[in-house]
Amino acid sequence: MAESLFRTGPLDGWAGRFAELPDSVTIMAEPFHAMVDVRLAPDGTGRPAPGLPGSVAAAVGTTPPEPGTWTDGEQAAAIWLGPDEWLVTSPFTPPAELEAAVRGPGGAAVDVSAQRTTIRLRGAHARDVLETGCAIDLHPRSFPAGAAAVTTLGQAGVVLLALDGAGTDYRILVRSSFAGYLAEWLIDAATEFRT
Amino acid sequence: MSRVDGYGTRIDRSRTLRFTFDGREYTGHAGDTLASALLANGVHRVSTSVDLGRPRGIVAAWSEDPSGLVQVEEPFPEPMLPATTIELTDGLVARGLPGRGRLAEVPDTARYDRKHTHCDVLVVGAGPAGLLAARTAARRGERVVLVDDRPAAGGSLLGTERICGRAALEFVADTLVELHANPDVVHLQRTTAFGHYDDGFVLALERRTDHLGADAPRNVSRQRVHRIRAARVVVATGAHERPIVVEDNDRPGIMLAGAARDLLHRHGVLAGREIVVFTSDDAAYDAAADLAKAGARVTLLDARDGVPAAGARRCAEQGVTVRTGAVVTGTRGTEHVTHAVVGGEELPCDLLLLSGGWNPVAHLVSHIRGTLAYDPALGAFRPGEPADDTAGDGVTAVGAANGTLDLAGCLAEGAGERAQPVERTPTKVLWRTDGDPTRQFVDLQRDATVADIARAVGAGMRSVEHVKRYTTIGTAHDQGKTSGVIASGITAELLGVPIESLGTTTFRPPYTPVAFAALAGRERGRLFDPARTTVLHPWHEDAGAVFEDVGQWKRPRYYPRPRETGGIEDMDAAVLRECAAVRGGVGILDGSTLGKIDVQGPDAGAFLDMIYTNVMSGLKPGKVRYGVMCGLDGMVIDDGTVLRIDPERFCVYTTTGGAAPILDHMEEWLQTEWPHLRVHLTSVTEQWATFPVVGPRSRDVIGAFAPDVDVSVEAFPFMSWLDTHVDGIPVRLARISFSGELAWEVSVDGWHARAVWERLVALGGQYGITPYGTETMHVLRAEKGYPIIGQDTDGTVTPQDLGMAWAVSRKKPDFLGKRSFSRSSNLDPLRKQLVGLLPLDPDLKLPEGAQVVELTDALPPPPVPMLGHVTSSYRSAALGRTFALALVKGGHARIGERLTVPVGGALVPVEVTGSVLVDPEGTRRDG
Amino acid sequence: MQLIDCPWCGPREEVEFHYGGEAGVAYPADPAALSDEEWARFVFHRANPKGPLAERWSHSAGCRRWFTAVRDTATHRFRR
Repeated sequence: MAESLFRTGPLDGWAGRFAELPDSVTIMAEPFHAMVDVRLAPDGTGRPAPGLPGSVAAAVGTTPPEPGTWTDGEQAAAIWLGPDEWLVTSPFTPPAELEAAVRGPGGAAVDVSAQRTTIRLRGAHARDVLETGCAIDLHPRSFPAGAAAVTTLGQAGVVLLALDGAGTDYRILVRSSFAGYLAEWLIDAATEFRT
Repeated sequence: MSRVDGYGTRIDRSRTLRFTFDGREYTGHAGDTLASALLANGVHRVSTSVDLGRPRGIVAAWSEDPSGLVQVEEPFPEPMLPATTIELTDGLVARGLPGRGRLAEVPDTARYDRKHTHCDVLVVGAGPAGLLAARTAARRGERVVLVDDRPAAGGSLLGTERICGRAALEFVADTLVELHANPDVVHLQRTTAFGHYDDGFVLALERRTDHLGADAPRNVSRQRVHRIRAARVVVATGAHERPIVVEDNDRPGIMLAGAARDLLHRHGVLAGREIVVFTSDDAAYDAAADLAKAGARVTLLDARDGVPAAGARRCAEQGVTVRTGAVVTGTRGTEHVTHAVVGGEELPCDLLLLSGGWNPVAHLVSHIRGTLAYDPALGAFRPGEPADDTAGDGVTAVGAANGTLDLAGCLAEGAGERAQPVERTPTKVLWRTDGDPTRQFVDLQRDATVADIARAVGAGMRSVEHVKRYTTIGTAHDQGKTSGVIASGITAELLGVPIESLGTTTFRPPYTPVAFAALAGRERGRLFDPARTTVLHPWHEDAGAVFEDVGQWKRPRYYPRPRETGGIEDMDAAVLRECAAVRGGVGILDGSTLGKIDVQGPDAGAFLDMIYTNVMSGLKPGKVRYGVMCGLDGMVIDDGTVLRIDPERFCVYTTTGGAAPILDHMEEWLQTEWPHLRVHLTSVTEQWATFPVVGPRSRDVIGAFAPDVDVSVEAFPFMSWLDTHVDGIPVRLARISFSGELAWEVSVDGWHARAVWERLVALGGQYGITPYGTETMHVLRAEKGYPIIGQDTDGTVTPQDLGMAWAVSRKKPDFLGKRSFSRSSNLDPLRKQLVGLLPLDPDLKLPEGAQVVELTDALPPPPVPMLGHVTSSYRSAALGRTFALALVKGGHARIGERLTVPVGGALVPVEVTGSVLVDPEGTRRDG
Repeated sequence: MQLIDCPWCGPREEVEFHYGGEAGVAYPADPAALSDEEWARFVFHRANPKGPLAERWSHSAGCRRWFTAVRDTATHRFRR
């Protein structure tokens, strides 16, 4: 049977309000990507594991991200979440396949594709908008392209990714239930830059 | 008019602004403050004092003014602002304020926000020292934030000085050009650093639009709180001039010498024509000479016997009469000062200037427990050496804030160099002169006098902190900026101890008052607290749901429908209908807010055996088990169902409110106590949407929804689950019931939640499927005696108290809470236990929280022995009556007894029952 | 707003952290062997010194990892 059960994202219906924003602060809800939370087997010392398991490295197709960073591969991206935890995302591989592909022995892999929603924030004032509610230092020298942080934006927990070194392009991963709040918060923060 | 030509670096005489004060219209110029504009119009009296009703005027130049408070009415009502800090705008309406203000009665529609900024160096104060500090750091390549609370940079510079051979204001302008060209420098004027906290954290309030008046853009925040994190903080906040307390020193027309000089140079206002200056310090000589040069007749009285040579020469050139060893002991006048009393002589004057030296503005040092030390040469406290590593890390005071009063010294310290000593006639420390202490005002805003300090000392106060609170000196809007040190000095004199040993009061944030609106920022209205919603929220809205806050979640409480008789159902009617529909047909609930945790790893079973009171490791894949979790103290903290996915994987459901805290609880034990366990926990709360489909017709709906699944009781028994696909989408079905009815929980990934929900609703249409909310869910579960953790429990309730001893393993050697079950207090037969209550009047619904007492016709005199309280209370469609759950002392043994619940003035008799009221045999579970 | 140094994420504002009380209080090897008083001491009693105290903290709004840090309870300063 054809797939008649279509996908609905938590920010469906917001495109109109996003479209009203000025060019210096643009917001877009990114489409569905598979996302899998990957954990390594604990080694009993609490020390960070030396790197992603080989299966993950293969899935991402690039070197694993160090603490506080993310890397973009050809098939998938990997975001550092903790000393033994990464979020692997892919626009191409279905969630179940991705989950099976990245699970290492003694570790864990969990499909969390719907756990978070991804917002793309771009524009000359993107960093200004974030700085109205994010306490970490977002200066490109401290938070360059490839940086990742699990932190708080407004009153929502987020995973924040820098896509460029100019403070003008970010990805914000937010728990799906907070997506509406965060969208409202971002739109409100952009008020100052409306012309 | 007091405006004089040739002065006024800050005002634009080509722009005239209209304003209204105390009902009269005046004009001023762009660049005026309300204070300078009033004085330019000859208005000295601004208000009357709070307690004594004495006329009061402008005393100081800026936010340190203790006296001239006004209420702004237009453009937006705001109370208790010093006239000296209000930038004049066209159409400003204000009135003098006798101490207390009035908050706006209309909503404030202005925007307020905050911004986080990080830097290597924060420089507070854009005077000569601060500018040099900022420039020096910027040239080193550091990230710099420079804030200053005045409208323009320059600090104490008046425009008459020379810096590096150039006019001072040119130097300021050039320095700003250099700073502004540097992308790593943030420069903010009209920005008050009001609090200094741990680890280089400084809060600063920027006033962004008030000075623009009617032109203020509505989309820009009116005020912004900058949250600045700095590796180093340079405090270049200058110094406040200190008055000398004399009898009747509070009349309009009496101000600080520096304030009069400031008004002249910045605003072109000559505040008096017949001026007496009373001083014990050198700086007043410059003020006297400048005011005389501008056209006033000036007499300078110096309490000291010696005079500073340069100052005396300047005064002589301008025709100022200088008298040494002279002391002002009082003033004359009613609405305005008319005379200064000097010995037996009364000198006529329309302006009396007082100058007793300078207090370094060391608030930002003091806020973080930096030490302040008394400097006898200044007669003031200045930042001392840090006592230990707990205070003053990375904080440097420079310039006047450090007690360095000469310009060359300020510039040197700003540049990070040591100031060269300069020749000064020592300040004579003179807190007050002789006179009537009941009319010697120390804190003008509080109407507190020398007599009040004497009363405090007489009452036994020995600490300046106690004297402050007894007299209220230093507790007004200005926080004692001009009065605090004097109060310490007078207290020391009265106690007969040196001021060094007494110290001064600790400065605490905020430096100047901050509006709550600014602190709230954008966290108001819809952004006050995040509203968490499920993907189905728009569907619920379209269905007319009334929402309930469950933590931060918005959950449908009930779905009211139009009444046949017109109007719309109230909650009672809607819930009775929804309950009847579920027990008689089929209903559907959005249960997506339930917490879900993926537990994965070879030791997952062993881990859950420690977390839950019952055995989870023995659960077979494909099966579901209900479990209870306890804290170490044996009290229930959460409950829910557990699905075993495979030998190394479980899916744990928590309560909605328990989602985050239970994951944290489990992570804590796993990481800190049992790191050897090979288990990983991942929140999947929003990954899975979960919809209970409940009621005798639920089998029909699920059968139609998942035609590949055998939904017969034999093939799909209670407390089992399976994964299937519907239209190629993975779907999980579980036979779980929170109502006693035949029921399935349908789970699907969040992206497909809405489509699956709509499919279920469409397929259920022929069976009358009814969406129901949390209220109906609560009634249905309460009818079955299922407790809600956090409603029917309060952290003092064990599984045994809930009648759930069956859920506590006797076989497991240990689990969290087990050892506490055998503590003597947990074995007390009089513990409160969960029971049902049936009011004898079947129509009477007990209020939740009502107390339960022994059966009685009349309450005994208080204290009435309490047996417990009602935890849940509803109207039941199934029972055709009201019922309640309650925690009652020894409740399980009281079943069948009658008790009393006082409700308002009435005593309601109730019967104690078991907690399961509907279908106690469980016949409905399998349909 | 104090900064707390997360071993993995670096310094973050204190509101990102969850406090876990005194560190090094191990779960008893055999709770059943303890008297009521000994068990109550483990469950309810913790050291409350003025001065350095080893504490458990969790970077709950970040990497979610627990760590031990020594903090002076009189000054709030963490030992670096």
